[in-house]
Amino acid sequence: MISVRNLRKSFGRAEVLKGVNLDIAEKEVVVIIGPSGSGKSTLLRCLNYLEQPTSGEITVDGMTLGGGTDINKIRAEVGMVFQRFNLFPHMTAMDNITLAPMKVRGVSKEEAEADALRLLAKVGLADRAAAYPEQLSGGQQQRVAIARALAMKPKVMLFDEPTSALDPEMVKEVLQVMKDLAREGMTMAVVTHEMGFAREVGDRVLFVDQGVIMEEGEPEEIFSHPKEERTREFLSKIL
Amino acid sequence: MKWLDMNFELMAQAMPLLLMGAGVTIKITAISVLLGILIGLFIGIARISTNRVIHLVAAVYVDFLRGTPLLVQIFLVYFALPVVTGQRIDPFLAAIAACSINSSAYVAEIFRAGIQSIDAGQMEAGRSLGMTWTQTMRYIIVPQAARRVIPPLGNEFIALLKDSSLVSVIGFEELTRRGQLIIARTYASLEIWLCVAIIYLAMTVSISRLVAWLERRYQIDDQR
Repeated sequence: MISVRNLRKSFGRAEVLKGVNLDIAEKEVVVIIGPSGSGKSTLLRCLNYLEQPTSGEITVDGMTLGGGTDINKIRAEVGMVFQRFNLFPHMTAMDNITLAPMKVRGVSKEEAEADALRLLAKVGLADRAAAYPEQLSGGQQQRVAIARALAMKPKVMLFDEPTSALDPEMVKEVLQVMKDLAREGMTMAVVTHEMGFAREVGDRVLFVDQGVIMEEGEPEEIFSHPKEERTREFLSKIL
Repeated sequence: MKWLDMNFELMAQAMPLLLMGAGVTIKITAISVLLGILIGLFIGIARISTNRVIHLVAAVYVDFLRGTPLLVQIFLVYFALPVVTGQRIDPFLAAIAACSINSSAYVAEIFRAGIQSIDAGQMEAGRSLGMTWTQTMRYIIVPQAARRVIPPLGNEFIALLKDSSLVSVIGFEELTRRGQLIIARTYASLEIWLCVAIIYLAMTVSISRLVAWLERRYQIDDQR
């Protein structure tokens, strides 16, 4: 579904990604962990070109990014959920969800709204369609944001630390939605510090450090028998 | 006390004429503000464009208009432009052109600041959904920025209303020019300039009240 070849990204003189290779298969859930500043968020943001790679090749669903392909076409297939939700504050939950399907996919208003109600029900917020973001708790906002991304019927979902800005009691409700999504067979790349989620849902865990994928493997393997010294060190600090 | 000798009868007689001038002042200000907002929106967006040429042209436009006096700009339009085109220009047109172009530079800066005050995550969210830059601007960024620019736009409206008195120098009969003409006949400087000042004050205070009301209304909207 996604293939990354020798991806490099520099901000000014600082090289944040130093040659990353990565393949994500259809229906696979890949969890990306690593210390802050390791480049894991940048890696995720390169996958839909929110960050323009300095060099390297990224292919999503058979379309190669940057090579003359319409970037908006690829982004329509790749949903993204942000740490700080980024809901549109001047719109209701309903309008947040229906905007892109109507403007990008050309879906009718009726169809988009029916779809939005179904998605709101799925994330447990069927009764909050008319609410504005600031009337919702953080966990509710993030669930609306997930519904908004799903409304485009994406083939892949990217999660950039989706629970890091949430109060502890709201983390669970968001993780539950993500777990459901994974069970339904959504292809997902998740940057997170939630090791419980990684263990339970992840098919594969990548440990990113200093701009490279230091170690990867099945969650159990990484968490119980890390091979690299840096991985052991990182896990000992957070587990 | 000199002011007790004021000729109140003359003031009462001059009022209707001055108010007609005030009407003209409102007219050129309103048209210039609308045109200024229209041009300013495009220049403001051009100012944040990643295209270097567009960005540069917009920057030069804004710098020139903010870096030269409005009075000089009025002279340029009314006296210098006809030298180039070989055609006299109507004072009304010249007044509107100078005021709206001048205002558009300030409005552009207001819009630019308003747009840049919107969290970058909003653009990222819009783009990540597959919307184009233009769609995201139109549906996400500009509607949010619009609420934030109401107070500074109100200030610009007031500034322009006062600055429009400068077009009296090309003989255009707005409020200030009317005052000058009446004084030329009556020599009643004190009475007439006082009336003129009071009328300007009444207009600017009204606008600032209107802006305050708009601001409150949109704040309530925000909190729905």
